[in-house]
Amino acid sequence: MSLLGYVFMQRALIAGALIGATAGAIGVYVVLRGFSFIGAGIAHAAFGGVAIALLLGIDPLWGALAFPLVVAWGIAYTSRRAAIKEEVAVGILFAASMALGIFLLSFIPGYRADLFGYLFGNILAVSSRDLFTSFVLAGLVFTAMTVLYKEFLFVTFDPGMAEVSGLPVGVLQGVLLSLVALTVVLSLRVVGAVLVAALLVIPAATAYQVVRNFHHLLLFSALIGVAEVVGGLIISFYLDTPSGPTIVLLSASLFGLVMILRKRSA
Amino acid sequence: MRPVVELEDVWVELGGHTVLEAITMRVGEGEFVSVVGPNGAGKTTLLKVILGLVVPQRGEVRVFGRPPRDLGRDRARIGYVPQVEEVDLRFPLRVFDVVLMGRYGTLGLGRRPRGEDRRAALEALELVGIRDLAGKLIGELSGGQRQRAFVARALAAKPKLLLLDEPTTGVDPAASESFYELLRKIQETGVTVLMVTHDVGVVSRYVDKVACINRRLVVHGRPEEVVTSEALAEMYGCAALFFHHGRIPHMVVRPHADFRKEGT
Ligand SMILES: Nc1ncnc2c1ncn2[C@@H]1O[C@H](COP(=O)(O)OP(=O)(O)OP(=O)(O)O)[C@@H](O)[C@H]1O
Ligand SMILES: [Mg+2]
Repeated sequence: MSLLGYVFMQRALIAGALIGATAGAIGVYVVLRGFSFIGAGIAHAAFGGVAIALLLGIDPLWGALAFPLVVAWGIAYTSRRAAIKEEVAVGILFAASMALGIFLLSFIPGYRADLFGYLFGNILAVSSRDLFTSFVLAGLVFTAMTVLYKEFLFVTFDPGMAEVSGLPVGVLQGVLLSLVALTVVLSLRVVGAVLVAALLVIPAATAYQVVRNFHHLLLFSALIGVAEVVGGLIISFYLDTPSGPTIVLLSASLFGLVMILRKRSA
Repeated sequence: MRPVVELEDVWVELGGHTVLEAITMRVGEGEFVSVVGPNGAGKTTLLKVILGLVVPQRGEVRVFGRPPRDLGRDRARIGYVPQVEEVDLRFPLRVFDVVLMGRYGTLGLGRRPRGEDRRAALEALELVGIRDLAGKLIGELSGGQRQRAFVARALAAKPKLLLLDEPTTGVDPAASESFYELLRKIQETGVTVLMVTHDVGVVSRYVDKVACINRRLVVHGRPEEVVTSEALAEMYGCAALFFHHGRIPHMVVRPHADFRKEGT
């Protein structure tokens, strides 16, 4: 039977395309702002949130949503006020929520399967409800990115000047980080908490090498993201490997290939 | 003359130190004022007070007759060129895109730049003489060219008040002179210009007034008065001599005696 004959695979591929496009596009801001580490921090916070939700018996989605959003605004707030470098705060949070997640999950009988799925992604786990949620989250992220295109560009490129011209810089940065958080949540099922950050970084970094224009960068990064997630899912189906690592390995290979080709042509 | 910037008994404290002390000054509409003073005198802080980025502990600030934080849409009528631009030069943005950002403040939230905004950006590039560089990436410019791009960005919004913090740093002398000429022309269209500079001698030819700041406002007056006064010398904390060729004063700053001792 071909892979499209499986309903779970159809769902995974549609969700994967949404994830690839969203993470690819929002990842451009993550990469340009040097937020890669923050992306990872948010992903791990999401994992901690999932664990708490599972333990409390509520929908893991709410835990995965609430936790990272709190972290995102926390980061936006501290980075503007506190003397402490944001990397330090993220670094602490990063490890702590990961540890909390695994610690809590170990209290749940038969937790290992779930744990592995949330850490490394599980294409079987995409329910039709998840798919619906994916559409809503991706739609939200893309709408915000379209409406606030010029504001996000200004705030990312030159926050000082953006503030001078009267933009609410703190709020916009908080919204941008929230979109990163939503993208992480959206990707959690398919890619897993450990590797979500790679999805935010690699497509954008790959596109950055070949594009000279911000607008094209967004477009290319989204397209590369779709190709990598969908391609990775198909490979993981045939090789029967966890989807997250497969997608990330494919992405990293493409990044390396583009880098080598560019060096050659230069 | 209607005042555009008014400061009344402004005190600013930063990190436990008094940075500005009892500053009272007024800049009238259409005036071209240069702000001079030694490093750490509080010149940049003064501009930030006017922009509302630094809130004074005491005193009153009014820009276009209102406190800077309540300017609303009028904020877009202030053009600002900061002393150091902390932008990421690896950003894939063309010079034109960066200058176009100068228009963002005049557009509402969520609004896209239109034809007139593009035209204004191109005009601004033309004014500072780098229109031919519009298609280059911002990271591909030389330091002086980049400085001009940031000036163009400030001009793109067609501001009524222009605040410039050492805008000619890294710009070659010929280009600096033509830049001052340009500011003069802009001023003649009714724009108020406030420029921080260390280029005291040269700039005196172009400005209406010089404000000497060293935590306090030492003097604020016409260049002839200020430059010949003892105040400048006192302020820089070293002996300064001024030669006059017609209207053009040249300043020669002699180092402190102790400086010389260290040098030998
Ligand atoms: N954020 C801050 N926190 C504490 N002190 C500050 C801060 N910003 C400036 N200062 C201090 O305020 C004083 C005035 O600084 P300011 O930048 O206004 O000087 P300036 O006249 O622009 O000097 P320069 O010619 O070097 O640009 C300096 O002594 C500086 O150390
Ligand atoms: Mg300064």
